[in-house]
Amino acid sequence: MLNLDEYSCLGEALRDALDRWPSEVCLIETDRDREKASLTYADFKKIALPLARALRDAGFYAEDRAAIIMSNQSKWLISAYAILYSGGILVPLDFKLTAAEHLQLLQHSGAKLLVVEYYLWRAIMQEPEFQNHRLTTVLVTEAPPKADLAGAKRWEEFHGTGEPEFVKRQRSDTACIVYSSGTGGRPKGCILTHQNYLEQCKSLTAWYPFWPGVRYLSILPTNHAIDFMVGFIGPFVCGACVVHLRTLRPEFVRDAFVRYKITYVTLVPMILKNLERGLREKFDQLSPAKRSLLNASVALNKLLTKNRPKAWLSRRLLPQVHKAFGGELLALITGGAFLEPATAQFFYDLGIPVANGYGLTEACTVLTVNDLKPFRADTVGKPLPGVGLRILSPDSEGIGEVAAKSATVMAGYLNDAELTAQTIDGGWLLTGDLGRIDASGHLQLFGRKKNMIVTEGGKNVYPEDIETVFDGLPVKEYCVFAANYLWPRKALGREMLVLLLRLEQNQSLTDALKEEILTRNRKLPDFKRAGGYLIDDKDFPRTASMKIKRNLLAEELGRRFDRSAVIEL
Amino acid sequence: MPTSEQTLDEILSLASAQFKVPRDKLTPDDDFFKTLGINSLQALDLLTKLENHFGIELPDYELQGVSDFRTLAGKIQARL
Repeated sequence: MLNLDEYSCLGEALRDALDRWPSEVCLIETDRDREKASLTYADFKKIALPLARALRDAGFYAEDRAAIIMSNQSKWLISAYAILYSGGILVPLDFKLTAAEHLQLLQHSGAKLLVVEYYLWRAIMQEPEFQNHRLTTVLVTEAPPKADLAGAKRWEEFHGTGEPEFVKRQRSDTACIVYSSGTGGRPKGCILTHQNYLEQCKSLTAWYPFWPGVRYLSILPTNHAIDFMVGFIGPFVCGACVVHLRTLRPEFVRDAFVRYKITYVTLVPMILKNLERGLREKFDQLSPAKRSLLNASVALNKLLTKNRPKAWLSRRLLPQVHKAFGGELLALITGGAFLEPATAQFFYDLGIPVANGYGLTEACTVLTVNDLKPFRADTVGKPLPGVGLRILSPDSEGIGEVAAKSATVMAGYLNDAELTAQTIDGGWLLTGDLGRIDASGHLQLFGRKKNMIVTEGGKNVYPEDIETVFDGLPVKEYCVFAANYLWPRKALGREMLVLLLRLEQNQSLTDALKEEILTRNRKLPDFKRAGGYLIDDKDFPRTASMKIKRNLLAEELGRRFDRSAVIEL
Repeated sequence: MPTSEQTLDEILSLASAQFKVPRDKLTPDDDFFKTLGINSLQALDLLTKLENHFGIELPDYELQGVSDFRTLAGKIQARL
């Protein structure tokens, strides 16, 4: 891999990577079982540089901000490289947000350039606020021939001629603005520097290396911090290959493992559980004799890999299982949400290590990860090189808020000095997560101090993000809380949002009102919906400026009700 | 070509069979994640079954933001 200490910015490292491994395949893109593109590093450069040149010709300069809203595909990475090459700041946005949310974050980030898929642009164009956007250049991919693009240009035709100028950035300069959440309330745009990314890449690849020939299957959205690092920067600076699938249909994901002999993949816990369920069903269909043989092989594998994984041995002991994953899989990487230890253990026992980690966008990508020496299913691993962890105000069991100090910690939140000051204290990032460091240095997580949830799909959802959907609901007042914030439990999982309702005097929850709540709730993406409601008979405590005193209200609710009072929506 | 109502009815029947939920418990405006008790991955599985049944191809993004049977039927009908 490249020696990242020698580089001052991502664009420079990526530029050298393209020249270092010109004939290696860097990107494969497939749609279902149809391979759409296979690019070498030289091919990638041939497409990206004319794009960079056209960006400059269109008036895109150093420090200008450029948003990307696209599902995983080669054009995402090519565009990102052209932006970084031009000295720009990347703003990767979640393509699953609504069009209104996209517009809000485009506005907040100050993006001048947008690269977007046609179907998403079409939705953005239809928003009432569309006319107020401040984008100067919009590049739309895969637009039908006669589509109305509302002033946007076709990505596929946007080429400049002549050598583009490479714009070098310093390590302390901003590389990306990544939104960790906050679309409905207070946008949290994490300012991540080139230093953050270069140091993160160095520490992560020290434990989980890439090299030419490695194939990484990119399933998590590339705007997600994990995929941006292990599905782009990491593989590229090591000469490896990224495989993009344009669908998440389980049958095509399974095919991709085999067809492309995948080495690493990152999966959120929900997909891992789905895979586990599928495998268990298959095992249950085996004849008694074959099942006994499988059980014996698993037991032997477990014994022989107790101290560390031995891929070659596991592949021999359990050839059918490994064949189903392509035969070259080294690890399943997971993070971003709570993973049940039993699921991680299930895969490890089959000889497929699960690299379970813990991180947050505010710390670039990841703070801790399982080093597999030995594998531990019950923790989120050890701090990566260069990461310092502290447990603040630990209780009698050693559990307290996790704080982290590392060269990967963000510079702050965009346009929000107050929130930055509340989150970074003397260089220590206050994570809001509750954890304990055990005798062997592994971090164990026990819950959250913050009023938020993390879904099984790895999405952070803050109550403020969803409250606006209930604006105008005909009740006296309402508020949304994370259930685990009201009723703290020293465990992860079982997270849900609760809609708290205070009805008018003599008002009752009629079928019509309930229907309205359901209809409004359905307007939210499925992972953001309130899971239940609670009716309170007291007015909410408020400040002089009439803001709800959320902390006080949460404390009161936690005392006056218990979890069983929540009625499912 | 089936009418919109026929398409909707076939979707409800297929969903009922795949996820073993009685047909009469499903209505067009139901949130299928909730009524069928499924997650987004299982919804993609349902989409594959529907594609095979209707002989069409629906990109994943067509399901983005869709959670009720009626809207889903509209997406399918548009491609028949």
